[in-house]
Amino acid sequence: MSAPESGLIDVLGKTFPFPKRHFLSVLDLNPVEVSDLLDLADGFVALNRQTSKKLDLLKGRTLMNLFFENSTRTQSSFELAGKRLGADVVNMSPRASSISKGETLIDTAVTLNAMQPDLLVVRHASSGAASLLSQKVSCSVINAGDGQHEHPTQALLDALSMRRAFGRIAGLRVAICGDVLHSRVARSNVGLLQMMGAEVRLVGPPTLMPAEADRWGSEVYHDLRKGIEGCDVVMMLRLQLERMDGVLAPSQREYFRFFGLDREKLACAAPHVRVMHPGPMNRGVEIDSEVADDLAVSLIQDQVEMGVAARMAVLAALSARLDND
Amino acid sequence: MAPRPLALLNARLVDPASGWDGPGALLVKNGKIAEVAFGGDLGSLSDDIETLDTRGAMLSPGLVDLRVKTGEPGAEPKETLKSAALAAAAGGVTSIVVQPDTSPAVDDPSVVDFILRRARDIELVHVYPAGAATKGLAGERMAEIGLMRDAGCVYVTDADRPIVNSKVLRRLLAYAKSFGVLVAHRPADPWLAAGAAATEGELAGRMGLPSVPPIAEKIMLERDLALVELTGGRLLVDQITTACALESLERGKARGLDVTATTSINHLSFNEVDIGDYRTFCKVDPPLRGEDDRQAVIDALASGLIDIVVSAHAPAPAEDKRLPYDEAAPGAVGLQTLLPALLAFHHEGRIPLIDLMRTVTSRPAELLGLPAGRLAKGAPADLVLCDLNAPMIVDLADLKSKSKNSPFDGRRLQGVVRMTLVDGRVVHRAN
Repeated sequence: MSAPESGLIDVLGKTFPFPKRHFLSVLDLNPVEVSDLLDLADGFVALNRQTSKKLDLLKGRTLMNLFFENSTRTQSSFELAGKRLGADVVNMSPRASSISKGETLIDTAVTLNAMQPDLLVVRHASSGAASLLSQKVSCSVINAGDGQHEHPTQALLDALSMRRAFGRIAGLRVAICGDVLHSRVARSNVGLLQMMGAEVRLVGPPTLMPAEADRWGSEVYHDLRKGIEGCDVVMMLRLQLERMDGVLAPSQREYFRFFGLDREKLACAAPHVRVMHPGPMNRGVEIDSEVADDLAVSLIQDQVEMGVAARMAVLAALSARLDND
Repeated sequence: MAPRPLALLNARLVDPASGWDGPGALLVKNGKIAEVAFGGDLGSLSDDIETLDTRGAMLSPGLVDLRVKTGEPGAEPKETLKSAALAAAAGGVTSIVVQPDTSPAVDDPSVVDFILRRARDIELVHVYPAGAATKGLAGERMAEIGLMRDAGCVYVTDADRPIVNSKVLRRLLAYAKSFGVLVAHRPADPWLAAGAAATEGELAGRMGLPSVPPIAEKIMLERDLALVELTGGRLLVDQITTACALESLERGKARGLDVTATTSINHLSFNEVDIGDYRTFCKVDPPLRGEDDRQAVIDALASGLIDIVVSAHAPAPAEDKRLPYDEAAPGAVGLQTLLPALLAFHHEGRIPLIDLMRTVTSRPAELLGLPAGRLAKGAPADLVLCDLNAPMIVDLADLKSKSKNSPFDGRRLQGVVRMTLVDGRVVHRAN
């Protein structure tokens, strides 16, 4: 692979500019960059299906996974993505170590920064944490989920799954359903899908809908059947069980009855509808197993596969900038 | 040795108590205002008098700030009474009322006494303690209001914490009234406000921040006003910041209730958009509101519905601010920026200078029965001399507070404090 020029990525025979240092929010991207990242990720999907999956694009680079919140799925996805591009990967879970001794997020970041990582993947329970970190460290920061704010690589992998299933994103009608209020996945998806020309709807009980969500450029529905009517994609969100039992919804069974996706409700969507879920799923709460496991409609397993490819694309794109630093 | 008498000449005297805004001169002698010449000069002056040509600068009573937090006692690295007093002097604030939420809390006459003694030793600006309304600020049992009054506290409050139990607030209002003590209370429904870091709305929703709807302020204020009506008590509404609560305030005042309201300079100067990219220096309590609310608050200040502006000075060191937004400490230092930030409304032509100055001088002084806040013969010589038109850029390095958490950092303001006098002593002089 030839050395990239200033701000250009040259991966898998494609060249395009990606001048960003960090990957914090989908709102930092433009449609051309998203398309390029998706093209790149498509190439990585093919690579990942080969017996020999390894590139040396990030050879000598160190990727640090810094997960203040546990997430086996996202963490291993980033770990695999890093390793397949040839980076050395270190996993840190500060929750178990220094953070409980009163060290602040910044202290931890500065300490880790001194170890000279090139890429820092951060998951934190507070909105804005990744952005804060990016101001204090000298490496690239990738937001792997900050509180209730954003989870941009999830939106990218969701877009990749949709584009591969439908051949396009523009014009798709997508319903994002469930606990929108607490969902960073929803926020990133709304931003990215709207940017790419999809029609996005938000569906959920009023207690799980952010204030003035109707001003996000999406129609808001409080009735699942009406909300998914004619939709190409139904994306279910995870509902934390502790938010039920009378706190934000009266009970699990009532929630499932009105907002859980089962075959009968799914019949309201378009005939070719595909179902998505960022995982991990609460079966029998927001989604019925019959729907989740039906490979004819469910993209849920694809999403996991696309996750590795999409994250490889992000790491590869950011590495172009690294080479110029 | 008493300082030499000082004659301040060619000033623009602004005295809200008498309604005078015009040229004049003033003589300070033995810590008091010995003579005020509204519209004229002092006549012939004897040789022992020092004179200062103010060249048309504004000379007004020093500011009286009803809501200041320090870290003393208990959190001195954050702010001491001395560092707060230095900031006050540099900002033209000559009287400060310190909040009781210290460690230990000011819920006992001995702590009132401690603060007054420390302030006397520092000898910069006047420091008046506010006492806790309830023991340990827990909102359950009344503090010793009478004894604290006798020790020198000027009003009682549980500071940032609303008193949830209506029976407790009812008794407080009734009991404090018989001692002539004012009760200050923060209007915020504690359940709606629990855990909130921002004001509910499109922006907080997009940023994924826990938020409180503006109506939480109105809900609590309506209860408070009803209790004032029931008890005939005196209430100081601690920082009104929303249009919906202003409606309630207006009705309460129209019914003749003994209610006075403050707002903070932060809520007059910033809106929720300023928290932008999770800017924790703009995290205050109550949180910054939408622009509609800010405009309503400015209008209410102009109409006199809001009586008093406070700095809501709340020091928080960098380590408490450089955290993710929802974990960061709320609060902003404000003693040094209060006056120039307030003057913005004069420069915009939105509120007459004398009305603005009333909200930070005579009105708060009258409310607490302080001798300061007016340019009158025999009054204490607590004065601020301010070059109204001089530009400044707020620089954190210039702040005297031990904590530098100012949301005004880098802001361009107009109005530089040239000199501050307390009891005739010069406590601040600009270079």
